[in-house]
Amino acid sequence: MAIIETKNLTYTYPGAAKPSINDVSMKVEKGEFVLITGPSGCGKTTLCRCFNGLIPHFYQGEIKGEITVAGMNPTKHHTHEMAKSVGMVFQNPENQLFALSIEKDVAFGLENLGVPREEIRRRVDWALMQTGIYDLRERSPHEVSGGQQQRVAIAAVLAMKPEIIVLDEPTSFLDPLSAEKIFEVIHELNRKLGITVVLVEHRLDLTAKYADHIIIMDEGKVCFDGNPREILSTEETRLIGVGIPKATLLYQLLRKEGIKLSDVTPLSSEELATLLLEALKPQ
Amino acid sequence: MSVFDGLKFRRVYSPIHNLDPRMKFIYVCAVFVAAILFGEILPLSALFLMQIPFVLLAGVPKEWLRSLRGAAFLATFIFLINIATSFFTSGYVLTAAAIENAAALTLRFIVLVEAFSVFFLTTSPDHLGLALEQSRVPYEFAFAFTTAVRFVPVLAEEANTIMDAQKARGLELEKGNFMKRIRNYIPILIPLIVSAIRRSLELAEAMESRAWGASKKRTNLYSLKLHREDFALLAITVAVLVVAIYVRLYVPVPTLTQLLRL
Amino acid sequence: MIEVENVHFTYPNGVEALKGVSLTIRDGEFVAIMGQNGAGKTTLIKHFNGLLKPTKGTVRVDGVETVKTSVAALARNVGFVFQNPDHQLFSETVEEEIAFALKNFGFDAEVIEKRISWALNLLGLEQYRKTSPFLLSGGERKRVALASVLAWDPKTLVLDEPTIGQDYQQKEKLRQFIVQMQTQGKTVVVVTHDVEFVAECNPRVVLMKDGKIVADGEGRTILTNPEILAQSSVVLPQITQIFMRLTPLGLPKDVIDVYEAKEILLKCWRRSGGK
Repeated sequence: MAIIETKNLTYTYPGAAKPSINDVSMKVEKGEFVLITGPSGCGKTTLCRCFNGLIPHFYQGEIKGEITVAGMNPTKHHTHEMAKSVGMVFQNPENQLFALSIEKDVAFGLENLGVPREEIRRRVDWALMQTGIYDLRERSPHEVSGGQQQRVAIAAVLAMKPEIIVLDEPTSFLDPLSAEKIFEVIHELNRKLGITVVLVEHRLDLTAKYADHIIIMDEGKVCFDGNPREILSTEETRLIGVGIPKATLLYQLLRKEGIKLSDVTPLSSEELATLLLEALKPQ
Repeated sequence: MSVFDGLKFRRVYSPIHNLDPRMKFIYVCAVFVAAILFGEILPLSALFLMQIPFVLLAGVPKEWLRSLRGAAFLATFIFLINIATSFFTSGYVLTAAAIENAAALTLRFIVLVEAFSVFFLTTSPDHLGLALEQSRVPYEFAFAFTTAVRFVPVLAEEANTIMDAQKARGLELEKGNFMKRIRNYIPILIPLIVSAIRRSLELAEAMESRAWGASKKRTNLYSLKLHREDFALLAITVAVLVVAIYVRLYVPVPTLTQLLRL
Repeated sequence: MIEVENVHFTYPNGVEALKGVSLTIRDGEFVAIMGQNGAGKTTLIKHFNGLLKPTKGTVRVDGVETVKTSVAALARNVGFVFQNPDHQLFSETVEEEIAFALKNFGFDAEVIEKRISWALNLLGLEQYRKTSPFLLSGGERKRVALASVLAWDPKTLVLDEPTIGQDYQQKEKLRQFIVQMQTQGKTVVVVTHDVEFVAECNPRVVLMKDGKIVADGEGRTILTNPEILAQSSVVLPQITQIFMRLTPLGLPKDVIDVYEAKEILLKCWRRSGGK
């Protein structure tokens, strides 16, 4: 069953000359790990803002077409209603944490919803445990590293027990090692708790291996939508400026030279190394 | 900046840190009132000494001294102005009483700084926000307060980065006459304002996404409860006020100059 | 030439960010400074144009000690592009933004005009000459910031985290741009934690940890040394990760480039009689 579905969705920011997303039809199934990618300015962030009603409630502008998220219509339901089902994590960790202690920040959403104190305490502790930052709970968000701040942001939406978590380039300010840890946390949430994950990312190197489904956008439109192994094996994707994983690129180059490698496109170094060891083993 | 250093909170645990911020605030106000009531050195010294056990119990003597040092400039200024005023108004003579009076007024200022610095050094801004909320201040104000505290260091850091970026493009802040110097700050102020606006939009977006304004009855992770220690502080506060008022009304307070003449 | 000699630096709040750093960057070199956040990378490069002066030790730029001169004088030779373009853009038009530094350095009006056109052309920004920088996209703003520094043609270019938030194409353009700068004999210093970007450029790599330099050498040597990288929390490039797993095939481990990798694997395949 589709948990997010758009049909011919078109949206123009107030004062903009042309739509930022144009005639987008896409579907996300419940429990999927979806990767949305594409060059800067392709409309991926705009699409995410539609999922929890920031568009059109916060940004105004003109929206056309249909959209259903977790059984609700974000153009009709206000963002704070959508927030119970759709959690959003943004790019800059510094600008999404506002409290003076980490646990208070994680509690923010639940406090807004008027959840009783004991229940808040339980869910905050649970969310902090899930994201591995329980020990930091009394620190100020300002004193911890960028990677830890981003985990606080994830814990903060997790505490609201959403069905969907949408993350908009959550690691672009982080070093590769911290980024990898964030992706592992997200993958765990998806696998263990069955939360649907929509991840917007440029770094396919680190994320393609987790995805069940990939959507590539360009100039406000969806240009590829499907299984990552199939889509990343086509040559075209490279042309519109998607940095495909190096392992996948090397695989393509070798296949072109005639080396016989399995038809299943590798998405990580480990996968390609396994294929190569098999293919190149001395007889 | 050192005055502000004395007001910067560090998360430590001590009997003083654990006191209810509302009680601490009332106590500080009582000290404030008592200090205003007296213009003589002796009672002001007593008030000054009374704060020291609090500082020691809270374990913040270093920070406290720093804030006093920060206030030293202003204290000296107050002292000199008072001396000068009495010197010029009393026909160019400097009396011991005038010096004592100036010292007393300076001490009054120090007592005020001291009391507030103990309060800010031992009260987490989070608790202060909570105290505001529970004192029926609208939540929006309490939130604005804690957010401001949270972002002051961030903005200060940002201002530094911007200054570095413009200096790296050959901007010399100290160059030129007065008007030119003011204009030199435009390349710093504009990026600072633009990025503050951008930041506040992002913050608003994040708040909306976390159900800001969903329910009229907002709950809170923490709650402030009064403990035995808080009532003890309240008793001390009442005692300070009662004694201060009683002494002011019924006991003649001698000045140091009078005492020494005896 | 930038010579850093046993430099220590302590911030006013008492944090010791550099603990004895020595480094020489020769003219025309391309150096990537890598390491975790808080390793002291940004503190180090701020010494190159005198924004910070060493607490102990000396920094010399073209033989001049930085403590004996001003940031404005040093900046004339060492151009510094900050990570976030929004920290420097303030003018009404892109053209004025670029002119700002040129005026500060006292160029003639005529020269300023020429330099603006040259810089706009170099970064493909001609059509935005009269546009407000605030109306441009993130990538374009980054290019304006770069153009505003390039305009005075500094000998050394220092870029702080230039790849953050950039997509694949933008990074590729940046890489080509750096190559172009190098052929013109410029010294380029990049601070980054983008391992893949560094692997594609293969510059000299200086690895920092806790205010010290822990490794300094050719990119290929350092980026393929798992022990050193792990120590400073930098991950191996993807291609190297693959070759680390291919040891049973008797292949070299120090490979960072995808095309080189292809050649090595092809040779190996032909040797094993592949068809």
